[in-house]
Amino acid sequence: MKLKELESCLQDVDVFENPKILLEQYPTSPHIAACMLYTVQTTFDDIEGKLVADLGCGCGVLSIGAAMLDAGLCVGFDIDDEALNIFRRNADEFEVANVDLVQCDLCSLEADAYSQRFDTVIMNPPFGTKHNQGMDMKFLRAALTMAKTAVYSLHKTSTREHIQKKANDWGVKMEVIAELRYDLPASYKFHKKKSVDIQVDFIRFSKA
Amino acid sequence: MKLLTHNMLTSHVKGVTKGYPLLIKATEVKVNEVEFNPQFVSRMIPKLEWSALVQAADQVGQCQDLPAELVPDYEKNEEFLKIVHRILLEVEVIEGCLQCPESGREFPISRGIPNMLLNEDEA
Repeated sequence: MKLKELESCLQDVDVFENPKILLEQYPTSPHIAACMLYTVQTTFDDIEGKLVADLGCGCGVLSIGAAMLDAGLCVGFDIDDEALNIFRRNADEFEVANVDLVQCDLCSLEADAYSQRFDTVIMNPPFGTKHNQGMDMKFLRAALTMAKTAVYSLHKTSTREHIQKKANDWGVKMEVIAELRYDLPASYKFHKKKSVDIQVDFIRFSKA
Repeated sequence: MKLLTHNMLTSHVKGVTKGYPLLIKATEVKVNEVEFNPQFVSRMIPKLEWSALVQAADQVGQCQDLPAELVPDYEKNEEFLKIVHRILLEVEVIEGCLQCPESGREFPISRGIPNMLLNEDEA
C-alpha cells in the first residue's frame, strides 16, 4: 500500500465527538498517522506480521492504519469507553479484522504487565501538559515494558532532553526520526486561537 | 476480545497473587474470518500460555481440534497452525465477562471490549 493511499483511507476514520480535556484527547491527523506508520513499516519493518500495541488508541487511527499495513494483530488500549466505541465503529466500517481492544488504565498497570508480549508499540500519548504532568512518561514506561523490539511515539520537542535522560536511565536507545509540526485544532473552550502548531518529535525507542 | 488478547490479560485486583488465567463466561461468541499468516502464528506460539489457551477455547465452546499439548515441529505443520490461527484470531468473545480466578471479580465484556478498569479501592 502506498503512503498516499494509506493517508486517504485514514481520512475516513471518525474522531472524538466530545474530546475530554483530562485525557488530552487530541486526534492524530490522518497525515501524521500515515507518515508514522509508513516509516515504521518501510524503514524498520516493524508492523507487517507483527503483534502491535497502540497505547491510548482513542478512536483508533493508528491501529486501523497498522491493521491496513498487515499487522498480525494490533491491540488498542484506552481508558475511555466513548473513544473505544468510536474505534469499534471505525473498525467495523473499515472491515479490519486484525484489531482488538482493551479498556484499561495504562497509568496504573503493574510494573511487569504484558512484559515483552508485543513486538512493537505505537502511540500518540497524552503530551503530559496542564493537568496531566508526567503522563507521557508513564505511557512510555508502560510501552517499553510491553514491547520486545521497539516503541514509536510522539513527544513535544521541548521535552526532548528530559526524555533522552529518561531513555538513558532506562537503558533504551532513542532516535528522533522526524520533527513534525503538529496542528492542534482548537478542541477545547480554553483555546483562544483557531489552531496552534506545536513542534513534535517522532521518536523510535529500541531495546539494546 | 480475541483469545490471543485474552492470553495476555491478568487481573490485578489488590491482594490477588495469581490473577491468571481469567475465566471466560461468554454469552455471545463470533467467528470472524482473518487472513491466515502462518509465520505470525508460529511466532506467537512460543509466547503463549498454552494451557490457558486450551482452557479459554474450551470455555467458549471452540476447543474442537485444539490439542491439549503443543505438538512438536509445529512450524511446518500447516494444518495445526490453521487451527491455532482460528482460535487465536478468528474466535471473538462479543458479550460476557472475564472472572479473576482468585478474587472472583468480574470484568465485563461488551461489544467485544473487555473492561479491565478497577475501582479505586481495588487498585
